[in-house]
Amino acid sequence: MLHLILFFIFAAVCIAAAINLLAQSHPINSALSLIVVMGSLAVLYLLLGAEFVAAIQIIVYAGAVMVLFVFVIMLLNAGTEEHSGKSYVAWFIGIPSVIALAALVVYSLLLHQGQTGNASVSSNSMIGSVQEIAKLLFGKFLLPFEVTSVLILIAIMGAVVLAKRGDN
Amino acid sequence: MLTYIVIAAIKSLVLIHVLLGAVAYTVWLERKVVGRIQNRWGPTRVGPFGLLQPIADGVKFILKEDLTPPYVYKPLFILAPFLAVVMALTSIAVIPLGGQLPLGRWSTGLQITSTADGTGDINIALLILLGVTSIAVYGIALAGWSSNNKYSLLGSLRASAQMISYELSLGLSLVGVLLLAGSLSLRKIVNTQSGGLVHWYIWPQLIGFFIYLVSAYAETNRIPFDLPEAETELVAGYHTEYSAMKFAMFFMAEYANMFTVACVATLLFFGGWSEPWPGLTPQSLPPLVKALAPLFWFALKVFVFIFVYIWVRGTLPRFRYDQLMAFGWKFLLPLAIANIIITSFIVAWQS
Repeated sequence: MLHLILFFIFAAVCIAAAINLLAQSHPINSALSLIVVMGSLAVLYLLLGAEFVAAIQIIVYAGAVMVLFVFVIMLLNAGTEEHSGKSYVAWFIGIPSVIALAALVVYSLLLHQGQTGNASVSSNSMIGSVQEIAKLLFGKFLLPFEVTSVLILIAIMGAVVLAKRGDN
Repeated sequence: MLTYIVIAAIKSLVLIHVLLGAVAYTVWLERKVVGRIQNRWGPTRVGPFGLLQPIADGVKFILKEDLTPPYVYKPLFILAPFLAVVMALTSIAVIPLGGQLPLGRWSTGLQITSTADGTGDINIALLILLGVTSIAVYGIALAGWSSNNKYSLLGSLRASAQMISYELSLGLSLVGVLLLAGSLSLRKIVNTQSGGLVHWYIWPQLIGFFIYLVSAYAETNRIPFDLPEAETELVAGYHTEYSAMKFAMFFMAEYANMFTVACVATLLFFGGWSEPWPGLTPQSLPPLVKALAPLFWFALKVFVFIFVYIWVRGTLPRFRYDQLMAFGWKFLLPLAIANIIITSFIVAWQS
């Protein structure tokens, strides 16, 4: 019961913050809304029993990635953006696509109601625990995990090379 | 369910007041100790040994005019100090201070987030601590930006860069202890260290402790890493434009963070609430006092850590900014990674 109440509260906060992210005209307010979205997603993960994923969501996304976003916005001292309100692409492609996507998600959820509706996670299950995730990461999914690490390393080195190019 | 919430609320209320009292008297202790280091007296006028000084300061902060300068970005200017202090106080929730506290017929765990029977703990308590610490940077960052003052902005830019850089070494320095303990639950980590001084993780993880200590000083913006508020360069850094209670909130947040860092060091490296050697607590004590003895050991260890903080402040000069970054990225981070690799090899070899 408490799980359900908390789920609806944080789902509502998440959606409200996501809409606020789009509606705000100042970049720093948008960035802060995104932090609220990340935080409420972490709470939703926690409610599903995925405690490790929830903690990593906070540490990596809210605590590191978004700090860099805010840092750059502060450093560049980006000002308020102006809404032109004249984008025909948004009116004629964007909004119909959103409606189509939402309809598709609702349709597939209703179609597979039997399989998804009763997938609840009890609080004492070990699905989201650190040990289970470690076993999956370093056992079954070792190769994808390591390949992703190499990919990220290459991206970091690429960023360093691009940043250093201006010096010569 | 309801009783659990009520008990947790009572525990939070008590703990937050104890923490804020400790914060107020740490300021007094700092002024006294730094005074003695510099061959002065420190506060002596208000009460015996200046003991009422924190109360006088508190009254002063509340009564002062709370000035909001023009041209600040008001919503964030007001939000920032609250964010700083809330994040600093949140982290105390997952810290276990002792085993069980028996009160007549029932007993409770000496921790806000302990399980209903008082013996358990959240599995990811340490990760929650790191998460809250990583969120805490927003208070300082937004304070500087919303003040619309170049010194404040420079201070908060320095703070964000410094805290992001040292958070990495801070997190990695704790991995060695986690490998040895085999758990992320703070209670379990303390329980694996019971049985006296020789079982504490500071001995096998001496390098890890060194990295933790240095990164913790940088995370809390204390000397020798207090560049975000370097008064000779940046007036007062990110809190230049703040006055009265809002300024006091940044102060409270800084000292509460010091306490969190000291608590984590005590739990992970110094055996938490366990005695320095077994049997040091006299057996003839009444049961309630004996139940509170772990709290005493915990407080003593935290006090030693806070004292070292103040001692370092009275002794060391400030780093230069590029030295600070180079030290964090080129020395501490590789050292922390090497420490993890060596520790995991030894753990794998022993198992």
